[in-house]
Amino acid sequence: MLRHRLSTLLAVIYAAALFGFIFLPVAVLVLFSFQDGRLPVPPFNGFSLQWYEAIFADRKLMAALLNSLIVATASSAVACLLGFMAAYGFARYKLPGSVLQRGLLIAPMTVSYLIIALGLLTVLNTLGIGLSLWTVGIGHVVINLPLCFAIIYSSMGDHHVNIERAARDLGASDWKVMLLVTAPMLMPSILASFFLSVTFSWDEFIIAFLLSRFNVTLPVEIWSLLRSGLNPKTNAIGSVVFLASIALLAILELTLFRKKNTP
Amino acid sequence: MTTLSLENADRRKAWGFVAPALVWTVAFFVVPFLFMAAMSLWSRQGREIVRAWNLDNYLRFFGENALLKGLSNSLEITLTVTVLSVLLAYPLAWIIAERVPKRFQRTALILAILPFWTSYVVRSYSWLLVLTKNGVINQALLGIGIISEPLEIASTRTATVIGFVHFFVMLLTLTIYANLVQLSPNYRRAAADLGANGLQTFWHVILPLTLPGIMTGAFLTFVLCIGDYITPQILGGNNELVLPQIIMLQIGRRADLPMASALSIVLMLAVTLAYALCARWLKIDRV
Amino acid sequence: MTAAVSIRTVSRLFHQFTALNEVSLEIAAGEFIVLLGPSGCGKTTLLSILGGFLLPSSGQVLIADKDMTFVPPARRPTTTMFQDYALFPHMCLRDNVGFGLRMRGMARAERYEKAFGFLDLVGLKASSAKKPHELSGGQRQRVALARALAVDPDVLLLDEPLGALDLKLRRQMQDELKAIQKRVGTTFVHVTHDQEEAMAIADRIVVMNAGRIEDVGAPAEIYMRPKSLFSAGFMGEVNFLDGKAIARDDDDVLVETPLGRLALPATAFTAGDARAGQKLSLVIRPEHFRGPAETAGSPGSLSLGEARITSSAFFGTHQRCHVAPVSSPSLSLVVHMPQTAQLADGVCVPLAVQAADIVALPAVTEA
Repeated sequence: MLRHRLSTLLAVIYAAALFGFIFLPVAVLVLFSFQDGRLPVPPFNGFSLQWYEAIFADRKLMAALLNSLIVATASSAVACLLGFMAAYGFARYKLPGSVLQRGLLIAPMTVSYLIIALGLLTVLNTLGIGLSLWTVGIGHVVINLPLCFAIIYSSMGDHHVNIERAARDLGASDWKVMLLVTAPMLMPSILASFFLSVTFSWDEFIIAFLLSRFNVTLPVEIWSLLRSGLNPKTNAIGSVVFLASIALLAILELTLFRKKNTP
Repeated sequence: MTTLSLENADRRKAWGFVAPALVWTVAFFVVPFLFMAAMSLWSRQGREIVRAWNLDNYLRFFGENALLKGLSNSLEITLTVTVLSVLLAYPLAWIIAERVPKRFQRTALILAILPFWTSYVVRSYSWLLVLTKNGVINQALLGIGIISEPLEIASTRTATVIGFVHFFVMLLTLTIYANLVQLSPNYRRAAADLGANGLQTFWHVILPLTLPGIMTGAFLTFVLCIGDYITPQILGGNNELVLPQIIMLQIGRRADLPMASALSIVLMLAVTLAYALCARWLKIDRV
Repeated sequence: MTAAVSIRTVSRLFHQFTALNEVSLEIAAGEFIVLLGPSGCGKTTLLSILGGFLLPSSGQVLIADKDMTFVPPARRPTTTMFQDYALFPHMCLRDNVGFGLRMRGMARAERYEKAFGFLDLVGLKASSAKKPHELSGGQRQRVALARALAVDPDVLLLDEPLGALDLKLRRQMQDELKAIQKRVGTTFVHVTHDQEEAMAIADRIVVMNAGRIEDVGAPAEIYMRPKSLFSAGFMGEVNFLDGKAIARDDDDVLVETPLGRLALPATAFTAGDARAGQKLSLVIRPEHFRGPAETAGSPGSLSLGEARITSSAFFGTHQRCHVAPVSSPSLSLVVHMPQTAQLADGVCVPLAVQAADIVALPAVTEA
């Protein structure tokens, strides 16, 4: 009994220490976003919303935020669509050399983003193609396609085959089967891969940094903010992004994934 | 004949589904990658890239101390981070899986990875706030009187390691927890039933069974860590450059894409080597 | 080794739910006991309490006359064979079987020798270097048995060990399990919901329902002379006939039924004597109805009048018929007729039963 109590005590101390470590930077970030002063370090001078006003008044920051949203949704939608079609093709038809092809689709997952970005950059440079949000989007599809494909492909079990056969038997064409039967059945994994892609693209820095020029995404804009050193404005935008992500996550958890838990 | 034509029609349809993804991957991943590999064998002269095939870039890499140091810095930091993250995350995952009541586990886990949802750039920046000369840590330590001079943690390797470990502890807690809870509780019961004490059960049964999960997480940590530019750039500063920082220098200031390409290939070889070393555990069979 | 087990008024509550309700049972050393019942009846809870994985809310467990109620699994003379076998996937068979011995600090050479011996016992000596995933379901089951036996337990607890196997393999493993139990002499406590499995292997069957023991006895006794309606129904197909005790006539009891007045011997009342006026359920198994040829005047035979066949099907060993008694056409009885009987729907046949085959139990009063 005593030993059990002691180990529980140790467990509590350890967990508390690690949670402290995990939350320390976020807590400091959010706290000093309300700093009434120019430096986001102690002492805390008082509560102020001036830095939040500052970021919402910052045209470049807001433009970058919008760019990020556009690139994240568009590239994720493309990655999801391509991934779903490929998963459907591989799961339902026998193709020669399909193991190799599947390996090819997964391959970008194993390569650093820096290398993917550099490869695209060398080609674009040589071809003389200008950098823009389009090139960033292309890069983000490259990194998210393997993810979408893998998630959707792994959820495409054999048990769905007979349902599709039944639909075809009842007169649905291939495209209708895919749209009206397969896609709705796989909706949880399609949505999961879409939202995962959105978060990855939204947060991605190196590809967005190397493949964009004048129009940049939010992480790149925050990066240039950092050049001016410690600034409560960075705290404010960081806190906004954090709280918005948490809110989105909470909504998803309460709507999308709640259903799955209570069948 | 009819079956054959049916098969051909099927095959055409299948290609229709699969082709867009394959074309995209080839056009925007395979071709650029091969092009980059080719470029690593060219060189830059002035502002021009000269297509003269040679190994100069690689020879320069192995000849120049500053560049080699970049690789060794990368490897040292990455290995330290990987080992520390696993050692810190395993007990936390264990506590959540074993000591937290079932219905609170999901909440505990979501809490443990909550700071994931800060932007990656901002996360490194927040550590800078914490570790900087007049930051929270230094002021707290000075306040208690443990130190009399502020510690120089920011812009050191320690800061880089702390920033990385923070991120990967969250990631590994998630993967190790997932591994722990999917083990049948009967393994533990069987071991106890056959006379093993808690430590023996852990050492002979639980640890070996979670090893594949640990290795997968560790490999992921290695890959993401060694290829990252942000964390060492923000937290480590310019004192001890890691490979990605050197690559970015080649791209930016020196506009030397051939050298950047060669260094990227070196980076990739390091990852491949790590994979070869871990492959034994990554693919282990499980019942 | 082997030992007797004594379970004394053991109860177990999960929050508001009573999984076990004052269960008492004496198990002799070397006995093969089967705990039988539907899922949720408490049989697995009882097994977990014997193994030490659960503590009883009240009551006592004794093994070899020693109180084991609060002794942890590792220090009990019991081992458990788990439903999913829980073979350690990263160890070869030899290490799996030798695991318990290793935990007891036995040297490697000795340990391996003993492991080989037990693998030999279950016919897997040649596979000792294989990993569990290389084996079939039946082979894994054997390894689990060898591993549990290797530490020389007094009592082996088996939690639905055959549940994952297909029917044919299950029947084969039943025979092996029984043979091995006879050889090692260890007390076996085996949980199942399959009454055929229970009858095939048990020395005694313990029928459980809703956290209580309904019936205990040798397979034939449970089947032929069930002591509860649940037990009668769970052990196989059965007809329940409503009745009412009206009078005692020497040794017999007169019972009023829809099929006439029947005189039943006192032995029919397996759950105790009937009072006059008590409502009863008469239990008659389909194979206990006698066909036309056998009824004529044999001693102890009770006539139930004529019944009309409403449907019949050929089952190999017998023909299974639904019949409606002429005297009470709203009743439907299941009757087994001989293979060769010429039957057709609508035909009337005389029904009779040996009085000694009938069991009379108190009817469930719906209060």
